[in-house]
Amino acid sequence: MADVKYSNEHEWIRVEGDIGTVGISQYAQEQLGDVVFVDVPAAGRKVAKGESVAVVESVKAASDIFSPASGEVVEANAALAETPGDVNTEPMGKGWFFRLRLANKADLDGLMDQAAYDAFVKSLG
Amino acid sequence: MTEPVAGPLKRTPLHALHKELGARLVPFASYEMPVQYPTGILAEHAQTRTAAGLFDVSHMGQVRLTAKRGHNAAKALETLVPGDIAGLQAGQQRYTQFTNDDGGILDDLMVTSTGDHLLLVINAACKDADLAHIQKHLSATCEIEPMFARGLLALQGPQAAPALARLAPSVANMKFMTGAFVVIDGARCYVTRSGYTGGDGYEISTPADATDPIARKLLAQPEVKPIGLGARDSLRLEAGLCLYGHDIDTTTTPIEAVLLWSIGKDRRAQGGFPGAAVIQGQIASGAPRKRVGILPEGNAIARDGAEIVIAGKVVGKITSGGFSPTLGRAIAMGYVERAQSANGAKVDLIVRGKPVPAEIVPMPFVKHAYYRG
Repeated sequence: MADVKYSNEHEWIRVEGDIGTVGISQYAQEQLGDVVFVDVPAAGRKVAKGESVAVVESVKAASDIFSPASGEVVEANAALAETPGDVNTEPMGKGWFFRLRLANKADLDGLMDQAAYDAFVKSLG
Repeated sequence: MTEPVAGPLKRTPLHALHKELGARLVPFASYEMPVQYPTGILAEHAQTRTAAGLFDVSHMGQVRLTAKRGHNAAKALETLVPGDIAGLQAGQQRYTQFTNDDGGILDDLMVTSTGDHLLLVINAACKDADLAHIQKHLSATCEIEPMFARGLLALQGPQAAPALARLAPSVANMKFMTGAFVVIDGARCYVTRSGYTGGDGYEISTPADATDPIARKLLAQPEVKPIGLGARDSLRLEAGLCLYGHDIDTTTTPIEAVLLWSIGKDRRAQGGFPGAAVIQGQIASGAPRKRVGILPEGNAIARDGAEIVIAGKVVGKITSGGFSPTLGRAIAMGYVERAQSANGAKVDLIVRGKPVPAEIVPMPFVKHAYYRG
């Protein structure tokens, strides 16, 4: 079982080897409402931790997605162009945004594990 | 028009019902209002287009005007709006705007004549300012009764008529933009066949304490589900209808907003409303800019404030933009310089710093389906 960590902006990253898969949490998709468009970063793009790298359009509003780690994008989820609703139905699965070759695994140290994130979400009420 | 407010939010008579239904409540025009229910905006939108949706619009302001002895309420109201109010027969309804001396729009409103009174429905965010405006100008000629505690329900969609007619059979034959007193569940209501979705439907003005039981009776009809403000916005945008504070405001005239149809023929000629000189000038020689429909290519959504550009030059601004669930694509409306406003004109919309190709198109985006008998 790969290790999933969360940012306080509600992105998750699942790390396998030096590749991290990034998406948004169940809580985030609930807050956004129905997702109708996701602008994902192209493969080859170098991104910095905390950089705005993707945009999620819900029926209500556009929201920036921040990369939870630095690295190079190796794959974007092309299927989201056709089925953006995957972000709502499977935010931790089919609704992933992009995969990243991590530049520095120490980036993950500041992120929350599942228990810490669950407590964080609970504190938001 | 969600804005930060000081102090506690106001509640409509349906607040408890919204909570019971699991609505997500947000601040809107000083009220705590449902933006969506658990099914979500896309499902609510489809429900309203294919069956019937019930909206709580009790936050909107309702005002009754009655002529004082020796005066005429319609003539009095015409000093504040460009619409033909004096020409309203009993039971007829009209859309108009409060204008200012520059021809800008202070608010847009619906006016219905009952024969004895005029019933006004005004926007929630404007209602206190509107009331002060009416009181300042019409106190000498009219009794002015704010009825801000009343409920207002909108039942919208192709199956709104059979659903409401089960509770009040007389509504079945009402025509678009007419109104009547109707008893529903033992309460005397005022019903108009109108709405803000571009589809068939009704707005039902209810006594405050009858609002909740009537809403529950309507929700018990098999065609009807509750709909929040999120879908209300996507529905009205598809219908090409203006949202005050976005598509119209004090800086836009009714002519720029392409609302000339709402100004009576005689009133165009005779004036007698605030800003008449400006508005008559624009009718004669054209407005400097025009509200248009815009279809962006691809899936990026251009929202309120996005610049409209031709060959690198800014020619206008988006005032409403979003996803059309019916069409499955992005749609928008905005203002462009009149010379650039022809249907078919190619423009770019600046979304997050990048140009998105788009085309100026006629509105509505989704055909209106009003019941005209």
